[in-house]
Amino acid sequence: MANKDGRILILGAGHAGGTAAALLRQQGWTGPVTLLGDEPVAPYQRPPLSKAWLKGEADADSLALRPESFYPEHQIELRLNERAERISRGAGGGEVQLGSGESLAYDRLILATGSRARRITLPGMDLEGVLELRTAADADRLKAALQPGARLAVVGGGYIGLEAAASARALGAEAVVIELQPRLLSRVAHEALATFVHDYHRARGVAFELAAGVDGLEGEGGRVCAVRLADGRRIACDAALIGVGAVPNQELAEAAGLACDAGVVVDLAARTSDPCIHAIGDCTRRPLPLYGCMGRLESVPNALEQAKQAAADLCGTKPPTPETPWFWSDQFDLKLQIAGLPLDAVRTVVRGEPATARFAVFHLNAHDQVQAVEAINAAPEFMAGRQFIGSRRPVHPGMLRDISVSMKEVAA
Amino acid sequence: MAKITYVEFNGTEHVVDVKPGLTVMEGAVKNNVPGIDADCGGACACATCHVYVDPAWTEKTGTPSPMEESMLDFAEAVEPNSRLSCQIKVTEELGGLLVRMPESQH
Repeated sequence: MANKDGRILILGAGHAGGTAAALLRQQGWTGPVTLLGDEPVAPYQRPPLSKAWLKGEADADSLALRPESFYPEHQIELRLNERAERISRGAGGGEVQLGSGESLAYDRLILATGSRARRITLPGMDLEGVLELRTAADADRLKAALQPGARLAVVGGGYIGLEAAASARALGAEAVVIELQPRLLSRVAHEALATFVHDYHRARGVAFELAAGVDGLEGEGGRVCAVRLADGRRIACDAALIGVGAVPNQELAEAAGLACDAGVVVDLAARTSDPCIHAIGDCTRRPLPLYGCMGRLESVPNALEQAKQAAADLCGTKPPTPETPWFWSDQFDLKLQIAGLPLDAVRTVVRGEPATARFAVFHLNAHDQVQAVEAINAAPEFMAGRQFIGSRRPVHPGMLRDISVSMKEVAA
Repeated sequence: MAKITYVEFNGTEHVVDVKPGLTVMEGAVKNNVPGIDADCGGACACATCHVYVDPAWTEKTGTPSPMEESMLDFAEAVEPNSRLSCQIKVTEELGGLLVRMPESQH
């Protein structure tokens, strides 16, 4: 759009939506910008909800992406507690029906509807104390349950569950992680890292049930009191956190006839199949140019990158430099930094000794190009690895493995 | 409040009041100063809040931690006065601080 005076409506006031609104103003959009969210609070950072915030090391103010005053100061109409029900597309624009019955017209629409916790169908899921962790309200409930001595059962050995378990221990609560697969982080991390994380958690009092199916949740007086495993055993608990992945919120887009494929399909300018509609963040399926395929990335860096793509496309400014996907996790005093995707990896190189709690796993393809790096307390390996992935420059596996050769030398 | 001047790569200056206790990164992000991405929100995990501290202020802003240093080692266009702005806590003494931004954070 050459002129920047049209009406932009952003559905979803999370990290992606909030950032897009701010970037549109930074890049000179003069038309009305409305940011609509179904939560009661202005855009905030979700990553700390399982980490610093849960442990009481960050307050609500520091979670906020920007102060409340930011939105009126930049003529961004922030509408909270509102749900979009339907998108009616037209040529050159359209309108969105809200739950309240009101309709909002748009010239350009940005879908930033995010993802939600995957729900599993199990007996007892509706008991009090059965929790998920996506929103600040979810985190409030979890935090209230994590009193010293309380027992938290975590269903799902992924990043969210492990971060919550580590935070629970820091708060003096007990934690048991129950995972269906024989190891942790099975969908998302290398075995060396998973084994290390498992041992590190165990040494800090987290209990594990691996290769354990869950049959249901048991309650007492309407409140969860145990997780029943497939082998008949009961894991007694005062609260159960279900963390078994996320699904994209694509229903609005799908109902409106936009191309969807486990995520709203977008291009590298965050454009959907409708020229008036962009989509950004967790809800999208996007091109991954480094890997020659499409994928879904659930991460803050991805939300920010796509917000930049959409803002640049709408404002006609320079598109952002393509980025290597990455994310991070904090568990106890561990800093995990992961970049890239091990899609075509044929071998791994482990640099450093897991026993020192400082090592990295590099995933190489058949041409010795780094596809992904998983770093634990190893910032140089992460930073250099991310550069290798982006540049596609082959590396020397022997040098990479040799910790007497610095990462700067490997990169030279 | 501490007055901080952020200078974009193209020379545009932004003078904002930042509450002590926040970081120099948060002062930029919360005031919509462009040029500091801060992808990780201040976890010292990404090096996308890279700034050059004005030489007159490098003493007051202190020295980077080993973690910050190793992140900076691999950031683009690093200079001796490079810092990650998420690791500089704002105090009243930093009133008047001036930081410049690199051309790109990626």
